[in-house]
Amino acid sequence: MIEFPILTMLVLVPVIGSVLVALVSKRYPDLVKVTALVTSVLTAGMSIWLLAAFKTNNADFQFASQHEWIKAWGISWHLGVDGISIFLVVLTGVLFPLVIAGIDPHHDHKRYLSWMLLLEAGVMGSFISLDLFLFFVFFEIVLVPMYFLIGGWGYDNRVYAATKFFLFTMIGSAFMLVGIIATAVLAKADNGHVTFDLIKIAENASFAAGTGRWLFFAFAIAFAVKVPLFPLHTWLPDAHTQAPTGGSVILAGVLLKMGTYGLLRFGVFLFPEAAVWARPLFLTLAVIGIIWGAIAATMQTDLKRLVAYSSVAHLGFIVLGTFALTATAITGGVMQMVNHGISTGALFILVGMIYDRRHTREISKLKGLQKVAPIFAAAFTVVMLSSIGVPGLNGFVGEFMVLIGSFGTARWWVVVATAGVILAALYLLWAYQRVFHGEPDEDNKSFAELKWKEGMLLLPFIGLIVFCGLYPKPMIDRIQPSVDKLLEHVAQHSDFKIPAPAEPVISNGGEG
Amino acid sequence: MGALLAADTLHGPKVDWFALTPLIILLGGAMVLLLVAALTPAWPKRAYALFTVAVGTAAAVMSFILWDRINHQGAKTLVGDAMWLDKAGIWIAITVCVGVVMAALLTDDYLRREGIDGPELYSLYLLAALGAIVMASANDLIVLFLGLEILSLALYVMAASHRKRADSQESGLKYFILGGFSSAFLLYGIALIYGSSGSTNLGRIETYFRLNPILDHSKETLALAGVALLIVGLAFKVAAVPFHFWSPDVYQGAPTPVTAFMASVGKAAAFAAMLRVLLQGLPHWAQDYRPAIWTIAVLTLVGGSVMAVVQTNVKRMLAFSSISHAGYLLVGVEAAAHDANKGLASTGVSSVLMYLLVYTVLVGGTFGVVTAVSRTGDGATDLAGFRGLGRSKPALALGMTVLLLAQAGVPLTSGFVAKFGVIGDAVRVHSYAIAIIAMVSAVIAAFLYLRIMISMWIAEPEAGDDAREAVRVPALLCVAITLSVGFTLAIGFFPDWLIHAAP
Repeated sequence: MIEFPILTMLVLVPVIGSVLVALVSKRYPDLVKVTALVTSVLTAGMSIWLLAAFKTNNADFQFASQHEWIKAWGISWHLGVDGISIFLVVLTGVLFPLVIAGIDPHHDHKRYLSWMLLLEAGVMGSFISLDLFLFFVFFEIVLVPMYFLIGGWGYDNRVYAATKFFLFTMIGSAFMLVGIIATAVLAKADNGHVTFDLIKIAENASFAAGTGRWLFFAFAIAFAVKVPLFPLHTWLPDAHTQAPTGGSVILAGVLLKMGTYGLLRFGVFLFPEAAVWARPLFLTLAVIGIIWGAIAATMQTDLKRLVAYSSVAHLGFIVLGTFALTATAITGGVMQMVNHGISTGALFILVGMIYDRRHTREISKLKGLQKVAPIFAAAFTVVMLSSIGVPGLNGFVGEFMVLIGSFGTARWWVVVATAGVILAALYLLWAYQRVFHGEPDEDNKSFAELKWKEGMLLLPFIGLIVFCGLYPKPMIDRIQPSVDKLLEHVAQHSDFKIPAPAEPVISNGGEG
Repeated sequence: MGALLAADTLHGPKVDWFALTPLIILLGGAMVLLLVAALTPAWPKRAYALFTVAVGTAAAVMSFILWDRINHQGAKTLVGDAMWLDKAGIWIAITVCVGVVMAALLTDDYLRREGIDGPELYSLYLLAALGAIVMASANDLIVLFLGLEILSLALYVMAASHRKRADSQESGLKYFILGGFSSAFLLYGIALIYGSSGSTNLGRIETYFRLNPILDHSKETLALAGVALLIVGLAFKVAAVPFHFWSPDVYQGAPTPVTAFMASVGKAAAFAAMLRVLLQGLPHWAQDYRPAIWTIAVLTLVGGSVMAVVQTNVKRMLAFSSISHAGYLLVGVEAAAHDANKGLASTGVSSVLMYLLVYTVLVGGTFGVVTAVSRTGDGATDLAGFRGLGRSKPALALGMTVLLLAQAGVPLTSGFVAKFGVIGDAVRVHSYAIAIIAMVSAVIAAFLYLRIMISMWIAEPEAGDDAREAVRVPALLCVAITLSVGFTLAIGFFPDWLIHAAP
């Protein structure tokens, strides 16, 4: 019996959906929406099934499928998930239908939905590719729909933001493509033939230290732009602020994770020696990002820009965890990828709702919303607290694991980074205070309360925020084995020693 | 001396006529169009174009048959060692035929729209194609020059063929003067090489330099100057920086279908000739000309993409994009120069050939869209002409988007496969610097494609937009664009067979 090619379907179903949406006539707007929703829900269903069938305590790539694609160049359609990618796949699967169902692009639904589904296929593909070439294809193809989403449905300065996004990311990819080819060509000696297969190269190839470091940097630049890591982050505030709400949610929720995921999978896994060598640099950039993002967020007058800068800070924690190279820290980083996707996604949705009502995101023009829309304010509070990293909510778990896991190997970086946690509380609470507290003035008096439909959109986010915060064990159980295996791989291929696990702190979560 | 010229000792070379059939078909087609069409009343609508398509297709089919023959019997030289019958030559012949077919499809309605219908332009296409193929399969510098002149003279006339537009006349004249200038360089280079090696035959030149590795000083100077002049002449033909100044003006002024032809066929032939001269004739000098090729490639890559950014006319933009594509092709040539002693079996050759085929199809489709958008008078080629195309003609705009993304080298398009090929070869010979420069300049060039896309999809309509003539996509043009987009995507998804086929 042929096994159901579930991973391939995760990519194909959204593509088919995208084509169908493009083909349906504009005269049937409802049919367009239903088609988009059905295909995205189907993808979500498959991703959840994948999670259910995923074997716990198994570090290997599961559901792997491999088919020859471009034989002449040794390129294959090789897909698989492990603990590091599984939750990103599920997050992608779940986030898209929510965005498609819950957020109105206001015009040209057909094209919007078509691009959205294509974007989903690209993101999915990036997270499950186990072939360097294939990964690059997905990584790069994502740019096109995102470019059109920002450019077509964004706000006033959208063309500038979209172009900046496209060019910044493409510069990074330019280096990565050369790196990918060089990796495959140089690994030929160890593999016996040219192959772009990630696992084969990672297991067999032994690059000279100098070569490996160059190659690592070629990859790392692309990911550093995508994360974004200081000082390559300047595209992010523009892209986030100008993107339509749906685009921002996806951008923050899953697109940025392609960078952090890439650093783990194609940085640390592929070039262990170089990654260990480059640790101080990346730890430093991560910490600068944490502090810089937080300070910049504090200074913003635009609510959406504030959230965008908070992303820079949060992603810094993930990179910190990645390069701390302890099981706890990396596991925490992976969890933070998912948690940041949930909470920042929800924050962008809330900011989008504010904009829809008031047609401004200027903090100074908003006032006293708590009085006129208490339920809205409550939802905002929960999401905000999750983003700050208050214990009991999801944001805390990942951040805490990163900090505690990194303490042994990157002590002074952690000391500085911890200040970022406090700053996060500062900028978000201060913004909350200015927007929600006080007496609403004339313009804000008519601010509408949370509608049913909006509530239904936020509900899954808040549910996940609370659930992952209170009971993170199922996630840890699935992530940790793969992280352990990754560290063993690093130890085997470099002079790195796996540090003895820190105190048995948080094997069952961080209720604090 | 007298005895040498006596009739009984002068016997022509044995000619393998069958191997020349693609050339004969093209020549025959051109003659039929010129002579028969001149003597008969105007042919029915589309007949000239369809005839040209048929001739081009027939020549391509014959090329395929010859390809098969090479598979069985191996490559050989023809007509007394003057030409090659090898896979590279046939590949370019097929590429050229594709270019002819695309151009004919683009031209059909264009000529009627502009009120200048007639068989002349088609006949020139076929003649130019003949020259291009001769140039690409030449094994002798004189034959190469003959091919080049047949191609170039046809192109000069074609560029000036829109009698009602002063731009077109200007374009033709500019091209003619500068083209003549560059031909002189080339010819001078040929003379100097002949002076130092004693032959114009590429094979004999190669043998001479191989057997006489140490030349006396004057001969070495002659040879090096000859190599330099040959490179200048060919670099002019492929519009490489700093020999590119003609191309934006000529591209902009020439009738749009002719621009498509020029960009595809002209480039394919010139690059094939460059490969032959450098790798089959002058591999001995590879160490000397490689730095020159490297420099020209880098200048072309960076110059083409940077200068494209400030343009507002789409045809000019595409001219600069064509320059940056030439830069990519030169990256492949540079890679090939690393092991030039293998001749056409060098690392970069098959990638360059594949790139040329892919680019020919791409450029045909892209200029097809420009032909439609340029509207009556062939003047609306500003970015403004594309404004709102996404609303008024979504399918056309989508096709253009695919083609532009392919030109930018986005994955899952043929453009990416082509770029991946040459970059891969550059990396294989450890030319990392040029590979990175090429990729980064592709990002700069992407900006220009984005600008066209912004204009089509995102730009707000302006007053007066509705008053513009509607964009029409007549049947044959539609066929051309569809074929081009289809090929672009098909190769993007399934490039394996093309990579295998490339010699």
